[in-house]
Amino acid sequence: MYPQNFKFTKDHEWARVEGDLAVIGISDFAQKHLGDVVYVDLPAVGTHLAVHQTIGTIESVKAVSEVFSPVSGEVVETNAGLADAPETINQDPHGNGWILKLKMANKGDLDALMATPDYEKYLEGLEH
Amino acid sequence: MKQTRFNAHHRKLGAKMVEFCGWDMPVEYKGIIDEHVACRTAAGLFDVSHMGEIHVAGKDALAFVQYISPNDVARLSPGMVQYSALMTDKGTYVDDMLVYCVHPEFYLLVVNAANTDKDFAYIFARRGHFQVALDNASDRYSQIALQGRQAIPILQPLTEVPLAGMKSFTFAFGKVAGKECLVSRTGYTGEDGFEVYTLDPDPGVIWDSIMEKGTPLGMQPVGLGARDTLRLEARLPLYGNDIDDTTTPIEADFKWIIKFKKGDFLGRDVLVKQNEQGITRKLVGFELLDRGIARAHYPIFVDGAPAGQVCSGTFAPFLKKSIGTVYLPVKKSTVGTEFEIGIRDKKVTARVVPSPFYKRDY
Repeated sequence: MYPQNFKFTKDHEWARVEGDLAVIGISDFAQKHLGDVVYVDLPAVGTHLAVHQTIGTIESVKAVSEVFSPVSGEVVETNAGLADAPETINQDPHGNGWILKLKMANKGDLDALMATPDYEKYLEGLEH
Repeated sequence: MKQTRFNAHHRKLGAKMVEFCGWDMPVEYKGIIDEHVACRTAAGLFDVSHMGEIHVAGKDALAFVQYISPNDVARLSPGMVQYSALMTDKGTYVDDMLVYCVHPEFYLLVVNAANTDKDFAYIFARRGHFQVALDNASDRYSQIALQGRQAIPILQPLTEVPLAGMKSFTFAFGKVAGKECLVSRTGYTGEDGFEVYTLDPDPGVIWDSIMEKGTPLGMQPVGLGARDTLRLEARLPLYGNDIDDTTTPIEADFKWIIKFKKGDFLGRDVLVKQNEQGITRKLVGFELLDRGIARAHYPIFVDGAPAGQVCSGTFAPFLKKSIGTVYLPVKKSTVGTEFEIGIRDKKVTARVVPSPFYKRDY
């Protein structure tokens, strides 16, 4: 159920590479854990993010959660659709529920992330 | 961890379960927003068996309940229910509660799960010369709430109790799905509806029958998550957030539950004085003018200065805005007054609004 060409963090963000860009979102596990998302706070385009720096916050009815950047780079686009339809993160976390796109500063950052099978194993460990 | 008699039902429905006050309870089934809206537009079914039930019986039952609570229990005839509180001798809340008059020598007190043991110990310690038998019957009771405009169409086919003729805050005994129950026209959502209590050790059929009747009418099972958002939209207080042993009913905007003329009761002296001198702070409802959710314990600022914390706060799924409650200095508590709430590194503007935020239209 987790797409194979993604990379994941222990905090349940994902990154998908598109050339020099990394598309970033949160995993299905994370959205289930949060429940109904009602607000997403996004950084301005042009913001420089370091690895593990806070991208923004996601508010669900019951909790607030910070999202951390899986890789370093400059924000080139944020998902404008989330302002009116934040529930897209619940409905399609790995697709239309993407959060932002970064122009990667260092592709080597990706090496520290988990490939899909490793992330799935990591989740199994959390559920026991 | 304690389990209600409907635990297996929740698990079968795929509920997300959490520990709440020592109980293994469903926090959500399909999702808080879905459940909340279903309850507002059709109906919601809640397992609230974690609530506490205390029996007060005996010759002095009426006098004793009068003594521990501020509302006038003498106004209750058998079959009537009253919203009241358990008071400290300082006039603050030990808990809020419902008082059911079965007859003048037998009352049922329904209290919060978080406080049941504390409440029972408190009541027991104050029995003094009163001739009463006190019984913490909480573990023997199961309780279901069916709330929403479809409550009667769903429940009536399952019971002989004539539901449409029942007034709000009354109750009757009768069978529901073949089980002996107490059915009251009460609730904690702002909707019309019923709470069904039973001492039957095997009450599962009640849940199943209501699910069977209710599902085609749009009813959904509702977990603790939406129970909280529903009660807050209706501005019903939650002990531990809106009221506690540092707040009085006058400050909490529940002066109507205090009946000074009924005679002495715990906390009366302090409340009389507070009523004469006036309060300095008051619980109000607010709406956030900026984006975000102001949750419980977030700091508030009045005229730029720290002025306490948010009591309850959430995103209101039916009204689709951020709402909450807070104690404000009386002079700054009128509708329209603006103040600020600290949400992480930002201060956002909130405005005092009339409440309840939501009022049913039927």
